[in-house]
Amino acid sequence: MAVVEREKLLEVKNLKKYFPAGKKGVLQAVDDVSFDIYKGETLGLVGESGCGKSTTGRTIIRLYDATDGEVMYEGEDVHGRKSRSELKKFNRKMQMIFQDPYASLNPRMTVKDIIAEGIDIHGLAKTKKDRDNRVYELLETVGLNKEHANRYPHEFSGGQRQRIGIARALAVDPDFIIADEPISALDVSIQAQVVNLMMELQKERGLTYLFIAHDLSMVKHISDRVGVMYLGNIVELTTSDELYEEPLHPYTQALLSAIPVPDPELERSRERIILEGDVPSPINPPSGCRFRTRCPHAMDVCAAVKPKWQEAREGHWVACHLYDEEAVKQNN
Amino acid sequence: MEKLLELDNLHVSFQTYGGEVKAVRGVSLSLDKGESLAIVGESGSGKSVTSKAVMRLLPNKIGSIKEGAIRFQGKDLAKASEREMEKIRGAEISMIFQDPMTSLNPTMTIGKQIMEGLRKHQNMSKSEAKERSINLLKLVGIPNPELRVDEYPHQFSGGMRQRVVIAIALACNPKVLIADEPTTALDVTIQAQILDLMRDLQDKTGTAIILITHDLGVVANLAQRVAVMYGGMIVETGTVDEIFYKPKHPYTWGLLASMPKLNADSKELLAIPGTPPDLMNPPKGCPFAARCPYAMEVCLDHMPEATNVSSSHKAACWLLDERAPKVEPPEAAVVGGAR
Repeated sequence: MAVVEREKLLEVKNLKKYFPAGKKGVLQAVDDVSFDIYKGETLGLVGESGCGKSTTGRTIIRLYDATDGEVMYEGEDVHGRKSRSELKKFNRKMQMIFQDPYASLNPRMTVKDIIAEGIDIHGLAKTKKDRDNRVYELLETVGLNKEHANRYPHEFSGGQRQRIGIARALAVDPDFIIADEPISALDVSIQAQVVNLMMELQKERGLTYLFIAHDLSMVKHISDRVGVMYLGNIVELTTSDELYEEPLHPYTQALLSAIPVPDPELERSRERIILEGDVPSPINPPSGCRFRTRCPHAMDVCAAVKPKWQEAREGHWVACHLYDEEAVKQNN
Repeated sequence: MEKLLELDNLHVSFQTYGGEVKAVRGVSLSLDKGESLAIVGESGSGKSVTSKAVMRLLPNKIGSIKEGAIRFQGKDLAKASEREMEKIRGAEISMIFQDPMTSLNPTMTIGKQIMEGLRKHQNMSKSEAKERSINLLKLVGIPNPELRVDEYPHQFSGGMRQRVVIAIALACNPKVLIADEPTTALDVTIQAQILDLMRDLQDKTGTAIILITHDLGVVANLAQRVAVMYGGMIVETGTVDEIFYKPKHPYTWGLLASMPKLNADSKELLAIPGTPPDLMNPPKGCPFAARCPYAMEVCLDHMPEATNVSSSHKAACWLLDERAPKVEPPEAAVVGGAR
């Protein structure tokens, strides 16, 4: 990666998203998350179910309204009051690909109409022929062909449906795509097809991706940088190579060691960090560091003070008291 | 070694509106005492149907065993009556399903569900069965088993429920445990706990495990032998080392190459083009021929016989015929590199 000053496309600042839960409860799905996404990069977001990674993605694109904090896209706040036309402008720049290719396509619309919906809304095609041609072009871009345009979603396999979802996202010519677990519902050999397609498209069109997934090996493969989430917080963020070679946060270390690798000899010799217990409820998260209840290195200070989000090394951010000299001193 | 379970040329079909779907087309497999065998394949490859046929849990209106035998302790399960099967299910062969959220009865306490099998198969008294249930919960690592035995499934988390399911499956000390995607619905850190538990329990109880999965990482972690299925057939079998380090079938190469590796530089993933065959009209020849980069004319018309690569390693591919051109696996399919 070049060291030159890179242009920020998206800045997420202290983003919070709470959901009401029952009579008095508040579910803190995303709690004080900050990160930047640079132009042309792929930022991966990983974590286990319920860690808030999807909520983060959905709040960025304003499918949810943020409880607090800002999302700045090219210097403009996505949230905050906006007229319809202003929102429309954002929607052309930002698109989303969803996890379940079976649920995210309207079964009563033809593939052509699904893909052209964005084109129609934004008035990108002047004539019917122009619209058709755009759809055909998009279908070819994602590895389908124009005969598929008049069919319905149920006639396609999972991998093909995900391609349709990608074509729909590309229809309005966006700069930034949020892909929320785009491959988790697909078979291994088909996953590789879709990931390769996404990487090609990025090269051709200079797209920026936020790639959300729980499959760490795939995330490493596609991402330039990776953020790790746990119970609504980002605990570590750095380049994907560094994250896998030198993870700093105990949760990242455990997560990496938990992934079974397709190499029997390595599996037999590997020392695993097996975390005890389950992820606590986000309705009443632990005080201080949210990971402390399962952390093998937990200290007294972890329960009392929330760890600072700090740059432990250049470009390597982590929120853990182990890397905060002051906190360690305070603990002793 | 003694064969515990043997499948011989098993054929399973489903009758649907569109016609007959030949889901399993001639599967032969054997399982030794105490070993762990993984059946790997993508959705629709027939791996789950094979295991359901062993348990005779096929939907009886539409699914049927067309041909072949399932030999277990001198008995052919393919021809066993429902009453005979009831004595075997849960007692001799038991099964863990993928989704721990739906495989437990929400209206019964955990204890009752574990006791069900014990009372039926081992004629235990209520108090004996309850005591054994508590011990089983302890065995699978559930804290405070004395209290939790009287709780309901919704009071347990996903990983804990899967532990309960394992406890139920192991209650009567079965000889074979079929685990159908046991960790797919779980998060990685919980998956690590469950895999650890299964390995530990196998050491303790000596139960043979048939592990059905699509995750090659899980296979490398738990299995001793592997059978790779594609299009309703077994295309390659061997020890776990043979399959990972000396794979012979192009489909196995494709599977290994399409997985990103954590310790390797990101090159382009080698995707397998196309989609699996339609088993309503299965191809005449090799099921993988349509997607295989090395396919020859013969592959389209004739199904290759399984060729012995070593005493434990077999692959069904025309490339292994002496008249075929010699082909090396793609670089991306090489696991481990240094070997």
